[in-house]
Amino acid sequence: MLQQLEGSRAMAVAVGLCRPGVVCAYPITPQTHIVEDLGEQVRSGRLQNCDFINVESEMAAISVTIGSQAAGVRSYTATSSQGLLYMMEGIYNASGLQLPLVVTLGNRSIGAPINIWNDHSDAMAMRDAGWVMLFAETNQEAADLHIQAFKIAEETCIPTMVCVDGFILTHAYEQVDLPSQEEVDDFLPPYNPKMQLDLAQPQAIGTMVPPEYFMELKYEVHENQKKTVAVVERVGAEFRKKFQRHSGGLIRSYKTDGAKTIIVTMGSVAGTLKDVADELGDEFGVVSVVSYRPFPTDALVAALRNATNIIVLEKALALGVGGILANEIKLALGGSGQKIRSIIAGLGGRLITKALLKDCILAHDGDPELFLGLRHDCVNSLKK
Amino acid sequence: MSYSTIRDRFEPENTALQSDYNRPNTLTSGHRACQGCGEATGARAVLDTAYRATNGNLVVVNATGCLEVLSCVYPENAWQVPWLHSLFGNTPAVAAGVASAFKIKGMHDVRVIAQGGDGATLDIGMGCLSGMFDRNDDVLYVCYDNQAYMNTGVQRSGSTPAYSRTATTLPNAKYFGNAAGTGKNVPDIAMAHGIPYVATASIANIQDLEKKILRAINIRGARYVHVHVPCPLGWGYPPAETVKVARLALQCGLFPLFEAENGILVASTPIDVLKPVEEYLRLQRRFAHLFGKNANPEAIKMLQQIANKNLEKYRLSGGLSDV
Ligand SMILES: Cc1ncc(C[n+]2csc(CCOP(=O)(O)OP(=O)(O)O)c2C)c(N)n1
Ligand code: SF4
Ligand SMILES: [Mg+2]
Repeated sequence: MLQQLEGSRAMAVAVGLCRPGVVCAYPITPQTHIVEDLGEQVRSGRLQNCDFINVESEMAAISVTIGSQAAGVRSYTATSSQGLLYMMEGIYNASGLQLPLVVTLGNRSIGAPINIWNDHSDAMAMRDAGWVMLFAETNQEAADLHIQAFKIAEETCIPTMVCVDGFILTHAYEQVDLPSQEEVDDFLPPYNPKMQLDLAQPQAIGTMVPPEYFMELKYEVHENQKKTVAVVERVGAEFRKKFQRHSGGLIRSYKTDGAKTIIVTMGSVAGTLKDVADELGDEFGVVSVVSYRPFPTDALVAALRNATNIIVLEKALALGVGGILANEIKLALGGSGQKIRSIIAGLGGRLITKALLKDCILAHDGDPELFLGLRHDCVNSLKK
Repeated sequence: MSYSTIRDRFEPENTALQSDYNRPNTLTSGHRACQGCGEATGARAVLDTAYRATNGNLVVVNATGCLEVLSCVYPENAWQVPWLHSLFGNTPAVAAGVASAFKIKGMHDVRVIAQGGDGATLDIGMGCLSGMFDRNDDVLYVCYDNQAYMNTGVQRSGSTPAYSRTATTLPNAKYFGNAAGTGKNVPDIAMAHGIPYVATASIANIQDLEKKILRAINIRGARYVHVHVPCPLGWGYPPAETVKVARLALQCGLFPLFEAENGILVASTPIDVLKPVEEYLRLQRRFAHLFGKNANPEAIKMLQQIANKNLEKYRLSGGLSDV
């Protein structure tokens, strides 16, 4: 049913429809509205058979959900920025223990300097933690990806994070079509753990693994991540079939057929970029990466194959190195000879406007690395 | 009752489960603890008692530390109970999650024990432990206190006693081991949270330990039991003397045995034969610098004062009911 909803609320409703048994989180802007709403769902009885637990830190939040998931109950938490860093040890632990948690990350920059606004620095800080990481473009997709996330996580035993741009999605009101409980139940079967704390068959979960076995375990997890590309794609297709709309999958291509210049990006800014591509004409297309992890190398190579110019626009960077997504795309396209430019945009919530985007997209001989809208008057080394 | 052997021919009701050939053996043989490890002894006694009391409806969450490393290095596993290790500092929260999951599944008979060393409990895990107490989560948390970070090679923790030698509080011409006037008392901190049950126990008094675990396991909500577990490697005494060292800690008053309900002290175990702290200290190389060539009688006096204070605070000379 179409409703005008805040993004956080839409996601909270979607998560509730997935019937988690334990929800546990710690407040941090811009994630808070999601868990507030889930708390209300539990207290009002709309979400039954769910324990909503207030904890003293993000470390506790991820740890409670690690415990409850290991005991065989579908578990959920949400965080942002500093909170993600605070739970980082648990983030790696959850994937190492192969616990299919689902976590929402309301993307926000990382301090210092402290800044509550949106960019993707937090997500990038955990890019090698062995999680599935999906990026939403709209509030509709943000809601839909959660329903897919539980399915992907539980099928692969890989914890799954849904990344949603802080404020731009979490606090924006948009029309969202939310499914019914029956539809979600039909799509997402009850959690059937592949491993759990079982009284009938006691086993030790989380033992120390010595050098004789450690490499093999990591190799298996690595291979499993790679195979998950197919799962993310399939679940996206199943979702499309069931709910009659395109959400999820590996990447989304827009006007790429015949495009000479393709802009690659992640998250909500894809919407703005599509408008820009429309205005610039047929030679411009957009590819947004929905599944950042597993990294959809083949799909990206296929989508970008015929473009002469590739521009990677991202809201994060490896300090002293450059664009993270840009470098991964360079690696994926290795030796293709295509021109690849990197644009760093929107750090700490800096506005990304169509005018700025057009200028730098059209600057064909532009800098191979450009900071969109950088104020030269504020940077000492750039002052004339 | 005070410190009898674990098997009591004259008072069979006083016989410890640990002397029963058919004890559950939750931590079974073949693990990698050092000879004479107090922590392994304590954990087996705690979990065997809990296992029997719950008919096996028991799940254990373990912090990183000696107990985790000694018990299961893949592909071996000495635990006979469902067991989960996540991290060093998050065990109380993980256990809270496990308890919540069993509640949601409607498995109300299942009891959850969280366990860890002193470092896991009162240093890195303090935040999560306080949160578990605050929410009154349905978890029995057991701390095995060997008064240092043993697993990483005997470094100082918040439970390391004054003047004790550790790898990070080495005595030299200027320093006499760990600084006096530092450290924290977790049973007191637990009591300040007003949780239903707090107790201390020792591997030198297994009957008392078993009774306390039995009591704790049958209460719902957050419970805390702090067990004194000497470590031959870290403290520097022969492995055969673990129980002797543990017993002397009780008898000199440095480790008081007591119980508290809802934040109020309700019982303590009077000392049968009061001993001077010196007798306890002399057995252990971690206090060797207090004796001999550069002896420090002032330090020994300070430790005696701490013991004397305990005698009064916890009424170890009698006055509260015997547990
Ligand atoms: C976050 C983190 N910091 C440090 C360590 C290293 N570490 C592992 S066990 C341990 C000491 C454990 O001490 P304690 O909890 O007292 O248990 P014990 O080994 O003495 O039984 C330390 C410091 C770790 N595993 N994780
Ligand atoms: S170092 Fe101490 S605590 Fe660790 S296994 Fe050896 S005796 Fe036990
Ligand atoms: Mg210790």
